[in-house]
Amino acid sequence: MNPELVGRDFPPTPPYLVGREKVREFSRAVFATEPQHTDPAAARRLGYADVVAPPTFAMVIQDLTLQQLLAEPDSGIALERTVHAEQRFRYTRPIVAGDELTGRLQVTGVRPFGKGAMVTSEAEITDAAGAHVVTAVSVLLIGGEE
Amino acid sequence: MTTSTGSGADALTGLEVGAVVAERTVALTRESLVRYAGASGDFNPIHYRDDVAARVGLPGVLAHGMLTMGLAVETIVEWLGDSGRISEYGVRFTRPVVVDAEDGAELTVVAKVGAVDEETVRVDLTVSHGDTVVLGKAQVRVRTGA
Repeated sequence: MNPELVGRDFPPTPPYLVGREKVREFSRAVFATEPQHTDPAAARRLGYADVVAPPTFAMVIQDLTLQQLLAEPDSGIALERTVHAEQRFRYTRPIVAGDELTGRLQVTGVRPFGKGAMVTSEAEITDAAGAHVVTAVSVLLIGGEE
Repeated sequence: MTTSTGSGADALTGLEVGAVVAERTVALTRESLVRYAGASGDFNPIHYRDDVAARVGLPGVLAHGMLTMGLAVETIVEWLGDSGRISEYGVRFTRPVVVDAEDGAELTVVAKVGAVDEETVRVDLTVSHGDTVVLGKAQVRVRTGA
């Protein structure tokens, strides 16, 4: 695991357009049964333009940033030795169908843990206007070389 | 201990620490895992292939941690009246959830008021598989203002 990843600049991920059917599909997958997630009229009654994605949908965008991290040739991270230890989201607003979202990755911490390392990465997720939507923070436990 | 019966903004006032605000049981099957894989894009085979799970030393095919996290928070959305009230959500993945090919796995979620201040409520989620609590420090911060 390479401690020099901390502070490295990663380009923003290409815009991800949140589709209504994708929100419905994800909602069903996480047993999200409230109508605001699937029924545009119910979402509009709450003041949203379209169906509201469940809170953990932000992971779909964060995943694009984690792919960037795994793709760094010097990252020292192999997926099969990676365990998801912690996850946090900090929201300015929920994700809504029609949003065009971009994630920007930052590695904020690498500390030794056994033979491997605990890596904290943050994805700041913004909308097409550049406004903050949600920050997703993952702590990954990266196993050491065999 | 009391159980709140209301939902939406009115239910978010006068809360007492320790009160149960919502609870539910979710029955996961292998189909649930495949559905979540497709919806989220997380196709790690430890979530649907017994042979791969065994090869990497796992006790069986595991539920995605993000599936457990996602279904846990959704337990409180009916009570909240709007998932957009959630300002922060974090968990630690402390115990794996083995999903048996025939019997699946039943997860129980209990949501209690953990702390109250003027503008927010912290809701603590206890997510259990049988007698085992599978998430650590599963906390949701909720905006209670208008």
